[in-house]
Amino acid sequence: MIELRNVTRRFGTTTVLKDISLAAEEGSFLALLGPSGCGKSTLLRIIAGLDRPNSGEVILGGRDVRNLTAAERNVAMVFQSYALYPHLTVAQNIALPLAMRGRSRFERSLIGRWFPASREKQQEEIRRVREIADQLGIQPLLERKPSQLSGGQKQRVAVARALVREPSIFLLDEPLSNLDAKLRVQMRAEIVALNRRIGRTFVYVTHDQAEAMAMADKVAVMLDGRIAQFASPRELYETPVSMDVAAFVGLYPINFTKAADWTALPGGFRLPPGSLPQGKQVIIGIRPEHLFPDPEGPVRGKLVRMEYQGAEVLLDVRIDGGTLVKAVAPGDWQRAEARGDLRLSYLPRHLHVFAAGSGERLELARDGQHEDERATTCG
Amino acid sequence: MRLIDRTRAEALANLWLAGPATVAMLVLIFIPVSIVALLSFTDYQFGARSFNWVGFDNYLILIKDPQARRAITNTIVYAAIVIPLSILFGLLVALGLHSVMRYAPRLSAVLRAAYFLPVAATLVAMAVVWQMLLHPNLGLVNHLLAAADIRGPAWLSDRGLVLYTLAVIGIWQTVGYNMVLFLAGLAAIPEHLYDAAEIDGANRGWERFWTVTWPMLGPTTLFVVVVTATGAFRVFETVATLTRGGPAFASDVLVYAIYREGFVYFKAGYSSAITMVFFVFVLLFTLAKFRLMESRVHYR
Repeated sequence: MIELRNVTRRFGTTTVLKDISLAAEEGSFLALLGPSGCGKSTLLRIIAGLDRPNSGEVILGGRDVRNLTAAERNVAMVFQSYALYPHLTVAQNIALPLAMRGRSRFERSLIGRWFPASREKQQEEIRRVREIADQLGIQPLLERKPSQLSGGQKQRVAVARALVREPSIFLLDEPLSNLDAKLRVQMRAEIVALNRRIGRTFVYVTHDQAEAMAMADKVAVMLDGRIAQFASPRELYETPVSMDVAAFVGLYPINFTKAADWTALPGGFRLPPGSLPQGKQVIIGIRPEHLFPDPEGPVRGKLVRMEYQGAEVLLDVRIDGGTLVKAVAPGDWQRAEARGDLRLSYLPRHLHVFAAGSGERLELARDGQHEDERATTCG
Repeated sequence: MRLIDRTRAEALANLWLAGPATVAMLVLIFIPVSIVALLSFTDYQFGARSFNWVGFDNYLILIKDPQARRAITNTIVYAAIVIPLSILFGLLVALGLHSVMRYAPRLSAVLRAAYFLPVAATLVAMAVVWQMLLHPNLGLVNHLLAAADIRGPAWLSDRGLVLYTLAVIGIWQTVGYNMVLFLAGLAAIPEHLYDAAEIDGANRGWERFWTVTWPMLGPTTLFVVVVTATGAFRVFETVATLTRGGPAFASDVLVYAIYREGFVYFKAGYSSAITMVFFVFVLLFTLAKFRLMESRVHYR
């Protein structure tokens, strides 16, 4: 269980974290998602105890850990660069946290390590290292040095080192960003499986929205030192609270129309009557995967460019009013020429409506929405 | 059409690149060393028209003569003091300046320059300064000691003390250089290793030093040891300017003996023999260090 209350961090005059509050259940998988420089890594370091907030509280397992060091908090961390000790073998790397905790300074010293009590503990460490190495399939690498490992192997060793001493929480700082695409997808699943198996809380920092969406129970989208939205992946995708969040989440970048009065939207977009107060200026957001070609569709435009991707076709369409939007057609969609008039359709529940000034999400009046949806589905 | 094929052309280019330096090395290092090795078996004197082969006589003198043995032991004692202490102090100063750099970069830079000054300054000129500082009656050191009611010794003319005085000057001269090397080594240690060490339970500075700093400084330390050791074995300027090997050969060292025998007494054969001994000394020492340390030093 992790809880942050009003955490603020300043470096000199720049405020990197502004009043961050969030909580994660025991055993859950929390992702901190944001572009580089949004403060997500700083927040992770504050949870770890590598950095201290200027104000606010960090509560781990119901205990205020403000004055505890990283080691005392018993957190484990996997670094983006893996941070393996290059002079130690894989086995020694994994055993180091055990030695640091289990043995006294004398028992680790050059003389003390030959005493029976220390030797017994070393045997136990070796047994534990082998156990972990077995779980992660790195048994054959134990005698190698980190410089002799591939990226994926280093990553596993870093996870093994974090796992070996049963930490209370797991912190992962972009652990997959140095791997190739295929390995990344495989390791994603492995890390999630690890979370389910050992039942500890995971905090995962990433700038890759696909990773966060695929892995996390809850995602905190961080923009400019603040938490823009803290919700489940589904909520983030379906009901983003602002234009910024909507733009950050999703495989394809979301389309935005120009600001206009909600009763006279550009390009044929239409909101059900009575759904917003009179004279409200809005921006409509719709994801490309929710906008598809339809000869009867309400949105009129001109096809500018087509991109065939196998499973689907990506379309660039300039809608009436001049905005360029992206739409997705199924892979077998055929068209004689790559230019010319095109009509697009959408489901009204896929429209995101944002206030023109602040970019905040506007909720439509309920009943209007229902009616409209039924009408479109029948048509 | 090509006159020569590509591999030939590349071979020629390689020869052209490495050739001049190789020739220079042969002419300026390997041939003179061979000549010196040959001369060490003769009684040649500078300026003489002829010489006789004397076999190992020069080396036998070197072993039997107490004066020559003195030079060898003095050199070993001097190196045994200067090598470990100048490395230790160099490391301590570098660690201190490295952490000062975080909150007072200006101060750190000023101190760094101050420590490096002895390296940049001409040692002969500095030796004059030391001579003045250490003068038994007029020197600042003994004045300060007198103020504390201690009667200062004659630093450079006391037979039992002179070698240690020279060793202290040797350390003073080398610390700055070692510090700069260690500072560069410290700057190259990635910060995330310290983070990892902290997470893994290395809480105290001491534990972080042994877990990260010291092993990561391995290559730097190897280099520093080699450079400092050859420097210490080659000690000459301070001896030549401050004591001339005296009093009564109490501060005689190998290189000064080479100089004296060869260029003062013109005994080129004997001087060459000492040179060969010195050469073998440094060679063995360096080989031993590489053998010992390379197996334990991690190179990235």
